[in-house]
Amino acid sequence: MRSDFVTREVLTGLRRNVTMTVAMVLTTAISLGLVGTGLLAVRTIDATESIYSDRLEVQVALTQDVSAADHDCTQPICTGLKATLENSPLVASVRFESQQQAYERFQELFAGQSIAEIARPQSLPATLRVKLADQNAGAEAVRQAMADQVGVRTVIDQRDVVGKLFDFLAGVRNVTFTLALVQAVAALLLISNTVQVSAYTRRAEVGVMRLVGATRWYTQLPFLIEAVVTGVVGAVLASIGLISAKFLFIDDLLAGIAQNGVIPPIGLLDVVQTSFYLLPIGALIAGITGYVTLRLYVKV
Amino acid sequence: MIRLERVTKMYKTSTRPALDRVSVSIDKGEFVFLIGPSGSGKSTFLRLLLREDVPTRGSIFVADLDVAKLPRRRVPRLRQRIGCVFQDFRLLPNKTVGANVAFALEVIGKSGPTIRKVVPEVLQLVGLEGKADRMPHELSGGEQQRVAIARAFVNRPLVLLADEPTGNLDPDISQDIMLLLERINRTGTTVLMATHDHSIVDSMRRRVVELDLGQVVRDESRGVYGVGR
Repeated sequence: MRSDFVTREVLTGLRRNVTMTVAMVLTTAISLGLVGTGLLAVRTIDATESIYSDRLEVQVALTQDVSAADHDCTQPICTGLKATLENSPLVASVRFESQQQAYERFQELFAGQSIAEIARPQSLPATLRVKLADQNAGAEAVRQAMADQVGVRTVIDQRDVVGKLFDFLAGVRNVTFTLALVQAVAALLLISNTVQVSAYTRRAEVGVMRLVGATRWYTQLPFLIEAVVTGVVGAVLASIGLISAKFLFIDDLLAGIAQNGVIPPIGLLDVVQTSFYLLPIGALIAGITGYVTLRLYVKV
Repeated sequence: MIRLERVTKMYKTSTRPALDRVSVSIDKGEFVFLIGPSGSGKSTFLRLLLREDVPTRGSIFVADLDVAKLPRRRVPRLRQRIGCVFQDFRLLPNKTVGANVAFALEVIGKSGPTIRKVVPEVLQLVGLEGKADRMPHELSGGEQQRVAIARAFVNRPLVLLADEPTGNLDPDISQDIMLLLERINRTGTTVLMATHDHSIVDSMRRRVVELDLGQVVRDESRGVYGVGR
């Protein structure tokens, strides 16, 4: 294989359809940029989830009478419930919080606010605070095990409270992936089209190549490399876009919530790593599209 | 060098076979005219030799390769042993004469030094020394056909197929092209030329294979085009 020959053919091909090449590069870049955004959203969701799964608990609030009568979970109803929970394989640990402890925490949480002054220990329930071993099935299992039990008032899953945040992040992810998919279809069609146009404008060369006995690699490689080069250039542009977007918008956008530890910040390393995945993705998709197009539509 | 054994080619669009049980054997170094009216099967004959198509029945051998059974990936090997010249020259208009000839070697992976050595040699052989840097459109039809012949011959093929190579040329120029093909034939290359040109066939007195409606109707060792055709 003569690399100078292939290089020359590729450059000629890219130059000859320059408007098409630019369109192909840009579409690929946008589509890969969206894929990258989606990947970053997934990464953030995972990181956020792991932050919360360590902290989130399921609270089993006890009824008024049990709460008032039992200050250290030594009476039968409470110990029974606690034992039931601890025996479940989905539960990691159970901690009892008495009315008094709940009251102290309440004071701490709402310090300086008028609600703190109104609250009395008796108005707060004692709770069994359950840490889950299985984050997915655990909450529902606890809910079912505790429902209708004597001494149980309600079961509160703290996840329901932060659920909205996860819904939002998942929404961002879904929207970007959907857009990425639509863009990807456009990019694929453009790549396929460009390969066909490229093959058509060079049909004389390809005809001569076939005639003098050039192997399929020689005839097809320039077209494939053309497609792959566009994919790679697209990926590089997408990476540059992602990194600029991090500094220009995302940092500002997330500054408030990331500082409070609500969600983890998106680091430069995350963006660079994600960009790194985009390169092979771009090259591979463009290459496969080019190859399939050559096999299906172009006689070379 | 070339052997067809009861070769039949049917096309889906036609009820009559394009070639009908054709058996022809051509030895190494022969010069053969393939004649016949339009639609007699000449083009199909050449296409099958190049494995542009496969026969419906029968077998074809070119330079010891079983053409019909050749796996796809080995087709290039067959075509590297066959040079081709056409009525319409098929030069690449954006490449110089030298680059056109060199292209045929580049795409089969020949090295730069080899190419720089053999291209001038073959241009001299076809009488185009000093015109390597011209563009095809700056040349006359006869000169363009010489470039095409140089390109077909530069890899020293065993067989040269010429499909109406003089079809677009004046009689005088045609004569020059025939002299060139004869010279190539004298190097030991088998030449098979499809043509309509009476005067050339009659003056050369070489072997003539005539096709009509897909069948071989004549095969003479020192033939003429034929009376009344």
